[in-house]
Amino acid sequence: MTVSGTQASAGADGAVRVEAPDPLQLLAPDGTLAAGYEPSIGDEELVQAFRLMLLSRATSERAVSLQRQGRLGTIATPDGQEAAIIGSAHALDPARDWVVPNYREMPAMLHMGLPLWRFLLYYRGHPLGNQIPQGVNLLPIQIALAAQVPHAVGLAWGLRQQGSDAAVLTYFGEGASSEGDVHEAMNLAGVQRAPVVFLLQDNGWAISTPVSKQSATGSFALRAAGYGFPGELVDGNDFFAVHEATRRAVERARSGDGPTLIEARTYRLAPHNTSDDNTRYVEAATLEEARERDPIPRLRAHLAERELVGTEDEERMREEIAVELAAAVKEMEAAAEEMPLELLYDHAYETLPPRLARQRDAALAERDPS
Amino acid sequence: MAVMSMVEAIRSTLGAEMERDERIVLLGQDIGVNGGVFRATEGLQRRFGEDRVVDTPLAEAVIVGSAVGLAASGLVPVPELQFLGFGSQAFHQIEGQVARMRSRSAGRFPMPIVIRAPFGGNVRTPELHSDAHEAKYAGVPGLKIAMPATAHDAKGLLAEAIRDPDPVLFCEPLRGYRLQKDEVPEDDYTVPFGRARTVREGSDLTIVAWSVAADLADRAATRVEEEDGISCTVIDLRTLVPLDETTVVESVGRTGRALVVHEAPLTAGFGAEIVATIQEAAFWALEAPIGRVAAPDVPYPIGAIEEDYIPGIDQVCAAIRHVAGTA
Repeated sequence: MTVSGTQASAGADGAVRVEAPDPLQLLAPDGTLAAGYEPSIGDEELVQAFRLMLLSRATSERAVSLQRQGRLGTIATPDGQEAAIIGSAHALDPARDWVVPNYREMPAMLHMGLPLWRFLLYYRGHPLGNQIPQGVNLLPIQIALAAQVPHAVGLAWGLRQQGSDAAVLTYFGEGASSEGDVHEAMNLAGVQRAPVVFLLQDNGWAISTPVSKQSATGSFALRAAGYGFPGELVDGNDFFAVHEATRRAVERARSGDGPTLIEARTYRLAPHNTSDDNTRYVEAATLEEARERDPIPRLRAHLAERELVGTEDEERMREEIAVELAAAVKEMEAAAEEMPLELLYDHAYETLPPRLARQRDAALAERDPS
Repeated sequence: MAVMSMVEAIRSTLGAEMERDERIVLLGQDIGVNGGVFRATEGLQRRFGEDRVVDTPLAEAVIVGSAVGLAASGLVPVPELQFLGFGSQAFHQIEGQVARMRSRSAGRFPMPIVIRAPFGGNVRTPELHSDAHEAKYAGVPGLKIAMPATAHDAKGLLAEAIRDPDPVLFCEPLRGYRLQKDEVPEDDYTVPFGRARTVREGSDLTIVAWSVAADLADRAATRVEEEDGISCTVIDLRTLVPLDETTVVESVGRTGRALVVHEAPLTAGFGAEIVATIQEAAFWALEAPIGRVAAPDVPYPIGAIEEDYIPGIDQVCAAIRHVAGTA
């Protein structure tokens, strides 16, 4: 999308609207690729990405079930957003690039190298769930919406300053985009030409607030022009469109051309989280219609047509995923058994101030009077 | 040994630390070409370049928020808030992110960040520039708070803060930047956190203060000694977190009387924490109720009336006499 080519006009209601072009689409709903588009992702990696989509959906289903049994806490699942999350994450090199997530990007975190059991441990409410292993280029889950976006800019800027050609990919939603932190972060990123990719997922909803009440803009990607870098609107349920746009943005970041804003227009197929009931505010017909645009069948159709993944292949993948998921749940529950009281205290500071050390000692003595 | 103003001590320490550790990056509004509105960073951009002394957009939340990412990348960021009063624009990043990143990542992402922030009154600033907000930050676990009262301590505490692996809010008193001058050794040294400075020793009463209020307390102690023969110990806490309880409690154990002096409003000021601490640990040594001198519970006023807002020497002397039982 070239922002310079957009037109601003006042509508009948007096509101000024900037015309946004149609989202970039490279994979049609029937699974055919746009004419002339050659995927830059290799076949093997593409199949892995599809498998991650299946793993993500299966994990969501299992996590919700575990939450209902009281074995996990409140969890927000990425259902419907798998192409946006996995398509973008697969444009990174996990060995050098970084992901700065919000809280709905589980498959991107797994792609960067976070073990599934540790991801689940976070939602178990265990204090080691957010302990990203050394060597995994990932910041912890962010709960304060948009607060991670300034972090991503600083991380990108800091890495470049130390001679790295890494790109940093940060995720946030259309709801979070209303927060001031997003404005401040994008503005600084533009000035610093920080190697950061802002991946805004418009999933239609901020809990129950529809996108129409979040912003009057025709496209969030248009905002990039105000910060002096490109913005691109893509079909967020199109794996190839998201991947291609992110790949180009990562390339720009690596070569010193600065940040990019990508707006991936997708749809949240699940409730906001396990405490939410989306039937209170989403029409059943609307949700049904959105399910027609589910990104997984779309990529499945493409993979079938190219004979990369057939029905039997997918069946085998699902069996493997079930085993992997069961093992992860088991490992998570074993890890959750260990909950030393020291964990409450010991990471607050490198060396505990005397007052806190006393509180810790008193708590330990109370637990174990011997 | 050279006599330096506090701002000179801060400037030279920043330079020396940047020389020592090339990971240190300064960022903030007007800190580069202009050398900071108080000249605390004067000459540093010329010396260390634009990559290490960075003029940022006017945006407190991202000045602090980007420091989180800079720290995660392996650098040691020293962001400057032009005034602590505007720290509120970044409070969510300080409280919700900087202070708890080590904890919530179970040690994976320590935050060796020093947030420098001028604060405090008596220099007739425009509105919102002078508030003493230290208590708000003292209630943020994960953060340390340094409040130097002398140029000597400004150097030693700043060097210590920069070398500390945990985040520090470093509060620099506007009133002390140029007025406070004392001897500052040229050699490298640090002042450890959590060790109060005994400004003067006396036998009748213990005054606890920090930042410029420590000097105020010292001057008041001189006056009551001359006029009333009351002998005061004055303790400058230097850091609120960690808090040197030992020095305070031992002193009150000897004098039996205590007074806290601070520039922030009375209610929920850090003085309340000191009073509670003394009450818990030295109650049976007390011969009189513990006194507090603080600003009234009103929003910080506009400049021409601020002398009536900030505790002055007359108020402190009156409080000393009251607690000492001579009033």
